[in-house]
Amino acid sequence: QLGEMLQLPLVVTAQVDLLLVLVSLLAFWTRLSHLSYPNAVVFDEVYYGQFVSLYMKRVFFIDDSGPPLGHMILAFGAYLGGFDGNFVWNRIGAEYPTTVNVWSLRLLPALCGALCVPLVYLLTLELKFSHLSALGAAVLLLLENSLIVQSRFMLLESVLIFFVLLAFFSYLRFHNAPSSSWSRYIWLILSGVSCGAVVGVKYMGLFSYLLLLVVASLHTWKLIGDKTISHRNVCVQCVHRVLCLVVVPVLLYVFWFYVHLSFLNRSGPHDQLMSSAFQASLQGGLSRITRGQPLEVAYGSQVTLRSSVSQPIPCWLHSHKVNYPIRYDNGRGSSHQQQVTCYPFKDVNNWWIIKDPGRQQLVVDTPPRPVRHGDVIQLVHGMTSRFLNSHDVAAPMSPHTQEVSGYIDFNVSMPAQNLWRVDISNREAESEVWKTILSEVRLVHVNTSAVLKLSGVPLPDWGFRQLEVVADKLFKAHSSSLEWTVEEHRYGTSQEQKEREAELHSPTHIDVDRKISFWAKFVELQWKMLTVKQEESEHKYSSSPLEWITMETNIAYWLHSSTNAQIHLIGNPVSWGVGNLSLLAYQLLAVVYLLRRRRGLKDVPDGVWDQFVCLGCVCVGGWLVNFVPFLLMDKTLFLYHYLPALCYLYLLSPALLEHAHTHLLRYAHQLQHSLTHQRALCVGALAVLLSIFLTYRTFCPLTYGSPELSAHQLQGLKWRDTWDILYRRR
Amino acid sequence: MLVAGLSFSTRLYKLTEPPHVCWDETHFGKMGSYYINRTFFFDVHPPLGKMLIGLAGYMSGYNGTFPFIKPGDKYENQNYWGMRGFCAVLGSFLPIFAYLIVLELSNSCTAAIIAATLLIFDTGCITISQYILLDPILMFFIMAAVLSMVKFNQQRYRSFTASWWFWLVLTGINLAGALGVKFVGLFVIVLVGLNTIGDLWRLLGDMSLSLVDIAKHFLARAFALILLPLILYVTIFAVHFVVLNKSGPGDGFFSSAFQSRLIGNNLHNASMPEYLAFGSTVTIKNLRIAGGYLHSHWHLYPEGVGARQQQVTAYLHKDYNNLWVVHRQQDNNSQSGNPDLVRHGDIVRLEHKETTRNLHSHLHEAPLTKKHFQVTGYGINGTGDANDLWQMEVCGGRKGDPVKVLRSKVRFLHRATGCVLYSSGKTLPKWGWEQIEVTCSPYLKETPSSQWNIEDHINPKLPNISLSVLKPNFLEILLESHIVMFRGNSGLKPKDNEMNSKPWHWPINYQGLRFSGVNATEYRVYLLGNPVVWWINLASLGLYFTMVAVASIATQRGFSLGQQRIEHSLVLVRGGGLLMLGWLLHYAPFFTMGRILYFHHYFPAMLFSSMLTGLTLDILFRSADLLLHPPYSYWFQRTGQLLLLFSILYSFYLFHPLSYGMTGPLAHEPGSAMAGLKWMDSWEF
Repeated sequence: QLGEMLQLPLVVTAQVDLLLVLVSLLAFWTRLSHLSYPNAVVFDEVYYGQFVSLYMKRVFFIDDSGPPLGHMILAFGAYLGGFDGNFVWNRIGAEYPTTVNVWSLRLLPALCGALCVPLVYLLTLELKFSHLSALGAAVLLLLENSLIVQSRFMLLESVLIFFVLLAFFSYLRFHNAPSSSWSRYIWLILSGVSCGAVVGVKYMGLFSYLLLLVVASLHTWKLIGDKTISHRNVCVQCVHRVLCLVVVPVLLYVFWFYVHLSFLNRSGPHDQLMSSAFQASLQGGLSRITRGQPLEVAYGSQVTLRSSVSQPIPCWLHSHKVNYPIRYDNGRGSSHQQQVTCYPFKDVNNWWIIKDPGRQQLVVDTPPRPVRHGDVIQLVHGMTSRFLNSHDVAAPMSPHTQEVSGYIDFNVSMPAQNLWRVDISNREAESEVWKTILSEVRLVHVNTSAVLKLSGVPLPDWGFRQLEVVADKLFKAHSSSLEWTVEEHRYGTSQEQKEREAELHSPTHIDVDRKISFWAKFVELQWKMLTVKQEESEHKYSSSPLEWITMETNIAYWLHSSTNAQIHLIGNPVSWGVGNLSLLAYQLLAVVYLLRRRRGLKDVPDGVWDQFVCLGCVCVGGWLVNFVPFLLMDKTLFLYHYLPALCYLYLLSPALLEHAHTHLLRYAHQLQHSLTHQRALCVGALAVLLSIFLTYRTFCPLTYGSPELSAHQLQGLKWRDTWDILYRRR
Repeated sequence: MLVAGLSFSTRLYKLTEPPHVCWDETHFGKMGSYYINRTFFFDVHPPLGKMLIGLAGYMSGYNGTFPFIKPGDKYENQNYWGMRGFCAVLGSFLPIFAYLIVLELSNSCTAAIIAATLLIFDTGCITISQYILLDPILMFFIMAAVLSMVKFNQQRYRSFTASWWFWLVLTGINLAGALGVKFVGLFVIVLVGLNTIGDLWRLLGDMSLSLVDIAKHFLARAFALILLPLILYVTIFAVHFVVLNKSGPGDGFFSSAFQSRLIGNNLHNASMPEYLAFGSTVTIKNLRIAGGYLHSHWHLYPEGVGARQQQVTAYLHKDYNNLWVVHRQQDNNSQSGNPDLVRHGDIVRLEHKETTRNLHSHLHEAPLTKKHFQVTGYGINGTGDANDLWQMEVCGGRKGDPVKVLRSKVRFLHRATGCVLYSSGKTLPKWGWEQIEVTCSPYLKETPSSQWNIEDHINPKLPNISLSVLKPNFLEILLESHIVMFRGNSGLKPKDNEMNSKPWHWPINYQGLRFSGVNATEYRVYLLGNPVVWWINLASLGLYFTMVAVASIATQRGFSLGQQRIEHSLVLVRGGGLLMLGWLLHYAPFFTMGRILYFHHYFPAMLFSSMLTGLTLDILFRSADLLLHPPYSYWFQRTGQLLLLFSILYSFYLFHPLSYGMTGPLAHEPGSAMAGLKWMDSWEF
C-alpha cells in the first residue's frame, strides 16, 4: 500500500483565473501607486484624522457620523505605520511632517478599494453571468475615477463598499453551493461577519444589510415551501440562517463598541456630553477631580449639583450676588431676590452646602449622618450663604412656573420657603442614601410640591445669559430636566464663613473607585451618538442627492500649495452615463417582461427569468436602498455618499448587456439579422469600453493630482458648468 | 341603526361646551370667517375643509364677525354651534363607515360591531370631532373613500354595471375631498392607487379577458380615480379664488401679479409712475414663487457669519423696511426738473430707506449658501464704497431700455465681483428672524431666484399712470399657491424649547393635547385616546402579525386546513392586509417628516388600526376551536366578546370627562374627579 502511494507523483493542480489576476493587479496598481502623494491633508482626512489621533492617545470621543469600526480600521492603519497621534488636524492642505507615515495611514482604505474590483468580478459570476460580464463590471469599477480618488485617502467609503460587496458575494456563494456541502456554512458566517462590519462602518450600511436580509428571507421562504424537505430539516436551516445573518452581526456590532470603549479609557474633549457616572469611569478629567470623594452625601456636605440634561450644554446649579430685576422688560414684577441659575462652567459659585433644617451647623458630624430618600433639607449657597428658595412668583422667562431664588428677607411679608425634600428617582430601596454621581435626585419644594427644574431658557443680559432654573408643578415624569446629580463633593469642616470660602476655593480630592457596566456605557454612548445634533450647515461642496445622478457637482479635495496641481472627486462621466442607462433599461425591460408574463407570454425560460430577477433584487435594490434614504435626510450631503449606489449600477450594466445579447437578440429569431445585431452590440460595447478608458485617462491628472495642468487645460476638463475647478492666479 | 344612534349621541353631547375658542379653532374658525367676509388669506392646507366650515357657519347664521384671536376667548352671542355641529356630524359617520367597511371585508357582523364600538367609545375620536377642526372632515372623506373602494371591489364580477360605476365614481369624489382638506389625503390616494393596481394586475392575469377589455377597465379607472378627482380638486381651488377676492393678511406671500387680483390691495388697479427713475423709492420683489421683498433692518449679522454688517434678507410681509431708494453712482440729490429714467445697463446704488445703508456685497461666504457671497447693508447716509454699486439689467432688454415697474424682470449684477443678487429661499436661523437668505451668486444663469421686479414705486416728481398688470391665468395661480403651501408646510419647524410630539408616542397614547384649560380652576378638555381602546389596538397589531405569520407558514408548508380555516386566513390576508396597508400609509410617513408633528396626526391611522382590531379579534375568538372542544369554544367566544364590550364601556365611563370637560383639581391631586386615572405620568390632566 505504502509503496503504491509512493509511486504516485506529487501533483498540485491549480486553476488560476488569469482575468481575475489581471484585474486585481491593475486594481492594486491604480489604487496603491504613489499612495503617499500628496504629502498633505486631503479633504475629510482632516475630520477622520482627529479621531485617529485620539485613538493613538486612547482619549475618549463621540462621533455621531458613524459607529466606531471605521475609525478603528483607520486607526489600525496608523498604528501599523507607527503614528503617535502627534499631529494637529486643523486644515486641509497642511503638510504632513516626516514623522507621519502617510503611506500606512492610507493603506487600508486603498487595499479595500482595490479588492472591490476582484470582488465585483466574483460577485457577477455568483449572479450566474459569464466571465466576460464579470470582466466588464470589474473594468467599469477599475476605471472609475471617483472610486479611485475615494480609495486613495484616509476615508471610509471604500471600506464600506468592500464589506457590502463581500457580504453579498459570500451570501450568494452560500446560496449557490449544493445544499449537501458543509463548507458553505463558512460562507454564510463570512457573510454575517461582513454584515456586522458594514453596519459597524457607517449607519448607511444598515440599508444594505436589510436588503441582504430581504434577499435571504425570500430564499428561505422558497425553502419553507419546498415540500421535499422534512420539517426538521427546514427548522434547522432557518435557525442556521437566523444565527449567522442576525445574531452574528448584532453581536459583532456590540463587540465593536466593546473594543472602542475598552480602548478609549482616558478623558477627552467630549466628556461633558456624558453622564457623571460615565465620566468617572474615564481616566483623568472628572475622575481625577472626584477621585476619593466621599460616596454618601451627608448633612454638612459641600456639593456641586449638575443637571442631568446635557442639552444644549451641561451646567451646574449656580447663584451669585446679583438680584432679579424688580421689573422685567415686559412689565412683570419679580421678588427681587438673589438670582439662581444654571451655569455651564466650573465656578466656585456652583458650591452648595446641605443643611439639616433642625440644626444650625454647616459641618459634617463624626460619624457623618447621610441624607436619605425622603429627607427634608435646606440648601445653602456656599459663597453668599443664601438659602435656595422658591415661592409663588412667576419665573422670569417661563412665567407658568415658579421663580427660584436665593432668599433675602426684605420684610415684605414674603416668608422664606426654603425646605426641599430629597427624592432619589433611581433608588433601589426606599431608604436609600443619596450617593455622589450615582444618584439622580429631584428636589421637591415642600411648601408647593413643585420640583426644581432646568428650563434651559437663556436669561437676558441681567442674568448674564446663564440658563434659567425654575420650580415646576406640572411636571412630566421622566424628564431629565428635573434630575440633578452631585458631581463634586466633600465633607465640610469649617463653620465660619471666611474659612468656608477658603475651603470652597481649594481643589477637591480623596479616592474611591467607581465602575459602571459595559452595557450601561454602551447604551449611553449609542444613545448619545444618535441624538447629539451638530449644527448642520451647508458646505461649499455639499450637494443634493438629485444632482448626483447626473454628476452636476464635484468636490475639490486638494490643491497644491503653489501650483495648479489638484485632486477632485469627479466620476468617469461615460461610465456614469452607462450606469444610468442600464438602470433605466433594466426597469423598462422588467416592466415589459412582467406584463407579458402575466398574459402568459414567456419571453425567456424560467431559469433565465430567475436569474434576471435576482440581478434586479441585488443591483436595482442595492441602488435604491443606497440612494433613496438620502432624499429623506436632513443632513449635509456630498457626492461621495453616492459611490456605494454607483457600484451597484456598475454591477448591473455588463450583466444586463449579456442578457440582451444572449436572450433578447436571440429570441428575436424571426429577424434574419439577429447575428448582425449581436455583432453590432459587441462592437458598441467595445467602443464604450474604449471611450471609458479614454475618459479615465483624460481625468487622471485630477484623480492623482499630477501632472500639473495649465489653466487652459483645466478649462478643457470643465465638462460641466456647475463643476468648480480651481485656478491659481499667478 | 344602533351604531348610528350611539355614534351621534356621543358626538353631539355637550357640543357647545366649552363656550370659548379651543386650540386650533383659533385658526380654522378664523379662516371660516374669512370665507364669509371674502378676505384673502394664506394657509398651508388646501381650502375645501375651511370652505365647508365657512359654509356651515353661514348656513347656521354665523356672520363672520368673531375675531378668533386666541384660544380661550369667549364666544358670547356668536352662532358657533353650527360650525361645531357640522364637524361633529361628519365625525359621527366614522363609526358607521367603519362598521360597513369591516362588514364588507370580513362578512362577520361581530367583527364590524367590535370595530364600531372601539371608535364610538374612544374619547380621542369624540374630542377631535367636537370642535371646529379640519380633522373630522378629513377623516370623513378618508373613510368614505375606503368604504366606496371596498364596495367597488365587491362589484368586481359585475363590471360596468350602474352600481359598479356608482362606487367607482364615489371613490374618486371622496379622494378629491380628502386631498382638498389636507395633504394627508394623499396617503389614502396611495392606498386606493395600490388597490387599483392590484385589481388591474388581477384582470391582466385573467386570460378570458381580451386586451381591449383590459384597456376599457384601465381607462374607466383612470377617468374616475385620476381625472375626476383632479378636476374636482381644481374646481375647489377655482371656487376658493373666486370667493376670496378681497385683500387680506396673506397677500405678501404671493407674486405682484397675483396681488393685483385682490380688491383693496395697493396693486389692484394700481396707479404709479410707469418707468423707474433715479431718486424713486421702491420695493423690490423676488420673482421666484413665494420669493419675498428685498429687506433690511438695524440688526447685524452675528459674529462668525461673514462680516459683521447689517443684515439683508427677503421678507414675505409688507413692511417699511422693504423700501429702497434708487441712486446714481455719485449722489447728486439736488437735481431738479424731471428725474432721469433708469435704463438697462445703468449703474445704481440702492439705499435702504429706514437705515440709510447701501446694498453691499463682498467676497465673504454667505451665511447658508456657502457657494455664494454675503450681501449686507453698508455705509452711512448713502456714503459707502465701490462694493455698493450694482449694474441693473432688464432680462431680454437692450442697452437703453427703460425699466418698467411691475412688468420688467430685472437683475442686479454686482460691479466689483460680477455676481448677481439672489434669493436662495433658505430660512435664516433665529438671528435673522427666520427671514429668507439673500446672497450674491457667482453663477450667472437666469433663474427666477436671481430675477426681481419693482413692485411699489413712489416718485412725486413723475406723473402716476394707471397700470393694469398682466392678469395671471388660473393655472399659474394654482401652481403658485401650491408652491407657497408646500413652502409653508416644510417651514413649520419645531422651535427650541417647544415640546415636540414624536410619532412613536402616538400608538401607545403617550401624551395628549390640551384643547382647553390648564389650571385647576378652568374648564379642561384633553385630547387623549381611551387608553383601553388604544392599547387593545396596539396589542392587536402584534396579534395580527403573529396570526398572519402562522397562517401563511402553514399554507406555504402545505398543511391541510379546514374550509373554514382557509376562509379565515383569506380574510386575514386580504381584508386585514388592506387595513394594515392603510394603517402603515397613514402612520409610517410621519417618521420621515421634518415639520412639527402633533398627536392628532395619528387619528386617521387609528381608524384603520381599530378596524383591523375588529377583524383580528373576531377571527381569534372564532379560532378558539383549535384549542377547545365545541361547547367550550363557543362559550369562550361569547365570554371574550362580552368581556371586550364591558371593558370598553367601563373605560369610557372612567375617561369620558376627558372629552366632555373636567373642572376642579388636577388628576395628581387626591380631590380630583380623575384621581387614580393618571395611568401614565406623561398625561397632563
